Amino acid sequence: MMLDLWRRISVFPGHRKTTLACRDPSAVAGVERRSLCSPLQVGYATDRGRDRKHNEDSLFFWRSILRRAHDYMPFGLFIVADGLGGHANGESASELATHVVASRVLGEIYLPFLNETEADASPAPINEVLASAVEACNVTVCQRIPGAGTTLTAMLLMGDTAFFAHVGDSRAYLLSQGKMQQITEDHSLVGRLLEAGAISEEEALEHPQRNIIYRSVGQGENLQADWYTIEMPPDGRILLCTDGLWGSVPEQEMPQIIVTAANPQEACDRLVDVARQRGSVDDVTIILIERDRAAHAG
Amino acid sequence: MGIRRDQMETRKSPLPAIPRLPESAILANGTVLQGRYEILKLRALGGMGAVYEARDLRFSHTLRRCAIKEIINAAPDPQTRHLNLQNFEREANILASLNHPAIPHIFDYFGEGNRAYLILEYVEGEDLEALLEHTNGFLSEERALRWILQVCDVLEYLHTHKEGAIVFRDMKPSNIMVRPDDRIVLVDFGIAKVFLDQKRGTMVGTEGYSPPEQYRGLAGPQGDIYALGATMHHLLTKQDPRLEPPFSFHERPPRSINPAVSPEIEAVVMKALEYEAEKRFASITEMKQAILAACGKDEAQRQGGPAAIHREQSITPLWEFACEDEVRSSPVVMKGVLYIGSYDNNLYALDAEKGQFIWKYPTEGGICSTPCLDEDKVFFGSEDRILYALSQRTGRIVWSCPTDGRIRSSPLADYGHIFFGSDDGNLYAVKADSGRLTWKFQAGGPIRCHPLLVTETIVFGGEDGHIYGVDMGTGALKWKQRTSNGIVSSPCLGDGLIYIGSRDWHLYALNARSGWPVWRFRTNNCVISSPAVADVRVFAGSVDGNVYALEGKSGRLLWKYATGGQVTSSPYVYNGTVYIGSVDSCVYALEVKSGKLRWRFQTGGPVPSSPIVAENVVYIGSTDHHVYALPL
Repeated sequence: MMLDLWRRISVFPGHRKTTLACRDPSAVAGVERRSLCSPLQVGYATDRGRDRKHNEDSLFFWRSILRRAHDYMPFGLFIVADGLGGHANGESASELATHVVASRVLGEIYLPFLNETEADASPAPINEVLASAVEACNVTVCQRIPGAGTTLTAMLLMGDTAFFAHVGDSRAYLLSQGKMQQITEDHSLVGRLLEAGAISEEEALEHPQRNIIYRSVGQGENLQADWYTIEMPPDGRILLCTDGLWGSVPEQEMPQIIVTAANPQEACDRLVDVARQRGSVDDVTIILIERDRAAHAG
Repeated sequence: MGIRRDQMETRKSPLPAIPRLPESAILANGTVLQGRYEILKLRALGGMGAVYEARDLRFSHTLRRCAIKEIINAAPDPQTRHLNLQNFEREANILASLNHPAIPHIFDYFGEGNRAYLILEYVEGEDLEALLEHTNGFLSEERALRWILQVCDVLEYLHTHKEGAIVFRDMKPSNIMVRPDDRIVLVDFGIAKVFLDQKRGTMVGTEGYSPPEQYRGLAGPQGDIYALGATMHHLLTKQDPRLEPPFSFHERPPRSINPAVSPEIEAVVMKALEYEAEKRFASITEMKQAILAACGKDEAQRQGGPAAIHREQSITPLWEFACEDEVRSSPVVMKGVLYIGSYDNNLYALDAEKGQFIWKYPTEGGICSTPCLDEDKVFFGSEDRILYALSQRTGRIVWSCPTDGRIRSSPLADYGHIFFGSDDGNLYAVKADSGRLTWKFQAGGPIRCHPLLVTETIVFGGEDGHIYGVDMGTGALKWKQRTSNGIVSSPCLGDGLIYIGSRDWHLYALNARSGWPVWRFRTNNCVISSPAVADVRVFAGSVDGNVYALEGKSGRLLWKYATGGQVTSSPYVYNGTVYIGSVDSCVYALEVKSGKLRWRFQTGGPVPSSPIVAENVVYIGSTDHHVYALPL
């Protein structure tokens, strides 16, 4: 039985004070329309490096919108993986990793989500599913393609919240209010030595192990993946990319390229072009996710 | 490089560790290998294989136990498999040539299908990582050094092995077992590494404990020294190096975390952890001498840090008020008046400053829920099945709402309504001014918690084990999640997550919008206490006696404090301190950041109820019939 009139009152001191607001039935329809979330727009690009036989990067994405209890929730899974160069079967490792993670997440989160009215839901928590997905990748790559490895940066978007599982030096960025913010932390050996003050910037540039990451999927025992969660701001965009992009395009230049493009797909294509112009010879892989552009004017 | 240190603490967390092998790959209990070794049970799982406890059937009259290490050799091509087996045999033979009390004897080895097996001496005890887990507070330096010196001994033996120095390569607490007689044994002799090729870009050893050169594939005796330093650091500070940025030990010297560590030992640890191998101890013997020299100083000579014993403040209450029976509920304070219910069936209004009696209202049943207030009324439920609305000023009844079950749930006031649960299984929404019913929602069992409002959804848990999200306007079900046992804990909201405890021993974090579980944390008994959020942390008590502080985003344990009894009280956080009661009769004040005890106040009986803080005073009731006002 719906009330005709709701009036919010502020309660005792210390409670969050809210302004007096009044909802009447005629406003209800407007509210429902506004609550329909903006659709997700996704652009992607993957470009084989110069003088390479195979592109050793892999990507995966999948998105949907579903209605659940009067609420429309976007739901998406986005993955980039960079097979370790110089290793046997870098591309097989990165491809395998995307399949294993996608299979786990869709099977253990998305399908239960869809089937929850049928089953008496007691699903595994998101971070446990992501942890077991990363570990399953690790074991599978280790056993099927010993000696191979890959980075892995995966993002699960549920409603307004983005959850990340991350290993290696591919990156996730948040672009909001014209600023690019790196979400994930590189597992870069040289990066860490530099930060610890063990080597200088000049030494870092020439360091023989500057391409080495100290964690990778397929390394075998003791793989620890990092976990991040962020609430997506209304004007937020997420960029997932391998080091072929961030290694040659400074992050301060990225917002301009992305925001002035007509759509995320064009933005991704342009980013690849700029990376090549700047001399990147590596494989470049990008996924760009954004909400409806009408929601944020520039 | 774009690494943001200031944000790392709050945003980055490790994903939980989970078992590696699929169920199908594990050998079942009772399986017999080579017609001789019967699997008794699984002891540990790793990515490459498992460790089992087994029995040697050849000795039929006695239980001759052994440990079986299994490695799964699953490389697709036969050449690699053959190479792996050769390496494995070579390493097994080296192990067989060693003779030291801290190295398990190897009795046999063989291959079966694509798996290889080592039959080893069975070692009773637990590893240091597990031991650290269940130790309250820091280990004593003396105890840690007793073990470390034994490790130095066995490393010395390995490094001076006459057939060539053997580098252990994987020194860490989980590879050191402690037997009941306090003797240590080194386990996991790097056999597993036989199957990993050393390629550029991959690692040998364990991240966090491994020296920089090991990332380049160089593993020498200096590496073992570094790893031993990292192990000592972990044992003395309880900071797991795998969870910190690599090579960050110099930014976190042991005494900065545990002041009880002596400066001499800290110097040994930091020298072992030098980035450049030449700057570390030249040999493990040298390191051992340095430790012995540091221990050798008698107590008078050692410059200890600030006293490890915390100086507890002593607390005198500002006032105490005696009711006629137990006080199991929490008070609420507004405009200088404290309202609290008692098992003597009364709701009391007391002067918050002096504890003087103002009025009381008698019901027909015990009151164990917390009252709530609006502008001029106070609302509370009683075990006489009625929800009451009284005038704050006079204590006279304004209206009452009967239900069909005892009311142990604390009501919520918002949007001109009162939301509360009853033992009759319903969640009610009644008008605050009249008590008239707007809607009720039938759950599967009694509802005893305080409901939470999250953007127009009422969230609550029931004794049927479910967490419900119900539309505030209509009472229609939006979502529900099942836990394995009943819920009396009340949900709370923090940073996009709803936190709630369950009798199934877990604290859950659900996504606020969808109700979908994001993480869960397992304690060692029921979580009846309602969690509280402050900043990036969430706090809860458990019937296992501990107060837990977890990282809100990930559920990672930050600290835990063991009280002397069950903790069913809910924490209250104010100004950097967590206040909570325990069944051991005490009210505790713990530091939010570290869990260190600030003060402890002893009452005359268990404290199952929850404190609140108002105007710099802590108010709490006890089963000794009193309500206490304690200064901050």
